[in-house]
Amino acid sequence: MTVFAIVLLPLLAAVLCWIPAVGKRAAAPVTFVSSAGLLALTIHVTARVVVLGKVVALANWVEVDSFGALILLLVSSVGVLACIYSLGYMPKMTHDSSILHHYYGNFNLFIFSMVLVPVVVSPSIEWLAVEFTTLLSVLLVGFESNSEALEAAWKYAVLTLTGAAIALFGFLLLFWAMQKGGGGSYTWAGLAAVAAKMPPVVLKTAFLMILVGFGAKVGLVPLHTWLPDAHSQAPTPICALLSGVETTAVLYVILRLMPIVRPALGGAIERWALIFGLLSVGVAAFLLIQVHDYKRLFAYSTVEHMGIILTAAGFGGAAAHYGAMYQILAHAATKSFCFFAAGAVLLLTGERDIASIRGLMQRSRVAGSALLVGALAIAGAPPFVVFLGEFLILRAGLSEGRYVAVGLLAVFLVVAFFGILLHVNRMVFSRVAGEARVLTEPEPPTGEEIEGEERLGSPPWISVSLTPVERPTGTASAHLAEALEAMPSPTASQVVRAEGHSSGPGASEAHPASLEASSASSSPSSVRTRTDGLSAPPVVADPKFPSGFAGGLPWPCVLTLLLAAIPVVVFGVYVPHPLYELLSRAAAVIGG
Amino acid sequence: MAGESFLYQFNALTGGLFLLCTFGMVATRQVQGCMRFFILQSLFLAASAFLLGIHPVLWGLLAVAAINVVNKPILVPWLLRRTIPEEIHTRREISQVLNIPAALLLALAIAVGAYFLTLPWVNLAGTSAAGVNIPIGLAALLLGAFTLTVRREAVPQLLGLLAMENGAFFTSIAIAPELHLLVELIVAFDVLIAVFVIGVLTRAIHKQIGTTQVGALAALREESSR
Repeated sequence: MTVFAIVLLPLLAAVLCWIPAVGKRAAAPVTFVSSAGLLALTIHVTARVVVLGKVVALANWVEVDSFGALILLLVSSVGVLACIYSLGYMPKMTHDSSILHHYYGNFNLFIFSMVLVPVVVSPSIEWLAVEFTTLLSVLLVGFESNSEALEAAWKYAVLTLTGAAIALFGFLLLFWAMQKGGGGSYTWAGLAAVAAKMPPVVLKTAFLMILVGFGAKVGLVPLHTWLPDAHSQAPTPICALLSGVETTAVLYVILRLMPIVRPALGGAIERWALIFGLLSVGVAAFLLIQVHDYKRLFAYSTVEHMGIILTAAGFGGAAAHYGAMYQILAHAATKSFCFFAAGAVLLLTGERDIASIRGLMQRSRVAGSALLVGALAIAGAPPFVVFLGEFLILRAGLSEGRYVAVGLLAVFLVVAFFGILLHVNRMVFSRVAGEARVLTEPEPPTGEEIEGEERLGSPPWISVSLTPVERPTGTASAHLAEALEAMPSPTASQVVRAEGHSSGPGASEAHPASLEASSASSSPSSVRTRTDGLSAPPVVADPKFPSGFAGGLPWPCVLTLLLAAIPVVVFGVYVPHPLYELLSRAAAVIGG
Repeated sequence: MAGESFLYQFNALTGGLFLLCTFGMVATRQVQGCMRFFILQSLFLAASAFLLGIHPVLWGLLAVAAINVVNKPILVPWLLRRTIPEEIHTRREISQVLNIPAALLLALAIAVGAYFLTLPWVNLAGTSAAGVNIPIGLAALLLGAFTLTVRREAVPQLLGLLAMENGAFFTSIAIAPELHLLVELIVAFDVLIAVFVIGVLTRAIHKQIGTTQVGALAALREESSR
């Protein structure tokens, strides 16, 4: 019964939002109540799944098992966060607030499509649910109605619907293979029952067609081209949903198929998963480096992470499957947080271009540190949740003896780490171009600093303005980034050591003064007192940014950032027992 | 049985015409023509389902035939006329990435490829209907995808998409007649939602950039214009 309520609640909320009399006045509260209710119901169902193993609402049609419960939990959690974020974000970013109830109506429909995916057990309805996730989010992607957003929406619709048509052919072939294998009810369990008897020649094509077709929707290379467009042009709360959970919900279908096709095809399945996975990780890691738009940066990182999860599934073995599940959780939590942070930056600056954003930390402590934490977390720095997921996957790959794949994956992860931090580091710490030009005569800064900056390829005026004194080193994360710049080639573990080091004796001397400098950044004299023969440039207040703690962010956005940060930080160091149970049982589902 | 082989011969003829309509969608220069070929293609899909389901009587296939007669030739064009401004129906030339003879040659190669790709399945299925429907269905699927990539106009791209679904079902009526009727119904429903959503999107694009040449939308890429 609860499962039906989960599916119907967002639908009801959508209907309420679309009724003009209700929607115009109360679309946002209705959406919030529905999302919060959805989360409560989901937690209830998940708890029952952890205890009972499975919740059956309508046998052979609507059932939730551990893997489904995991996806359901992620969808509804990110759904609530995206809803709270929308309350602060959408009124500021929409040119026409009279159509805001359309946004909330579509938002609820989109949530509906995503909760439908993990609760249905018939592959044909599953196909429809995935198709719905596209159809009901296309208009959200194009919501801002400028030509870029519409282009993104068009590419998104056409490419993913093409993929879905290919997958439809795959599902029909799968049905045929099941009939040839002895028949039964066309559900995941029914398929698994006849798995060994299905003709491999049909099964192979069916699986490949579904992998390619739904792979387009997941964003696997080479059909990923729509993803950075759609995931960057949509309104930010929608980006968090698209990137954080929609891709995962579709990947869920592909992963569910693996135990079904494995008995007849054997190792071929793992090989394909590895090839597609590694290709996606590799291509995305190198594409990350050359982006100009920070939302595209996180979108490419989604392609990378989908590749990581598929690679983990391809490693095979219970440990790797657990790693894949953990990574699904880690990615959903972290990527939605990253997009919330990116949305905060967009709210404050109105700029999408990485090059035009500098010195974010000075303008808003919240946005700057959120972006930095998000970037570190999604790049896989410890102690965040993605680090643990990637570590589990690499270790499981080694113990399965897949050395080449693990080596490649590790190299790509490091490339992606630097790619993400290269861009975000500049956005958070460097000075704004306009301020640097105030300098009449550039003076040579200290050796170490200019080396660090030149290696990162900044123009000279930035490295000049980046003396250690002016840098807002008030937070621990700032030390971390400083250490990153100074290290010749830091790996993840070295970064941690560097963090410990810089907050040691060397940094303690600089710490109080730089705190003062950053808190009083508008008064050049207090900065100058700290210089050792270097003259600091006068800091000019930029009217576009009110500087300060939140920097003028709406409170729902700040609240969302705080709430979304909790799982990113907590699950990296501590996995509660029920969650562990859920993840390991979900891993057993794809293990077969 | 004589009656049965007669039906299968008719089915082979229907399959040939179905494929011909798919080629027509690649070859035609007008949006209207593309739409007519799509409607014909859907009717041949319905005809094939009818021929395969009439003797022995398979109610599922007859229902597929009925759904296809109502859904694609009637509801889809009606929905398009409701959502998309009239002017794109009267537009003449469709802008193409490839010229039409080259596109047709490639389409031919795709159809031949689909035939050879599906040989193992045809042997597995072992019925003469499968020998017609499997390769033609896959060919229509691939040709639909091909139409999508070579056309720069919104409506022909949508029709290419729907042709892909027609292709998938053209295969499935021969190999999986036991498929639950619910699946047919939800796919038909899904087609209508897809047409509606894409229609609304096309209207928004037309309002914003003054044309439905979606191929002209190419601002989003890594090389920043700034």
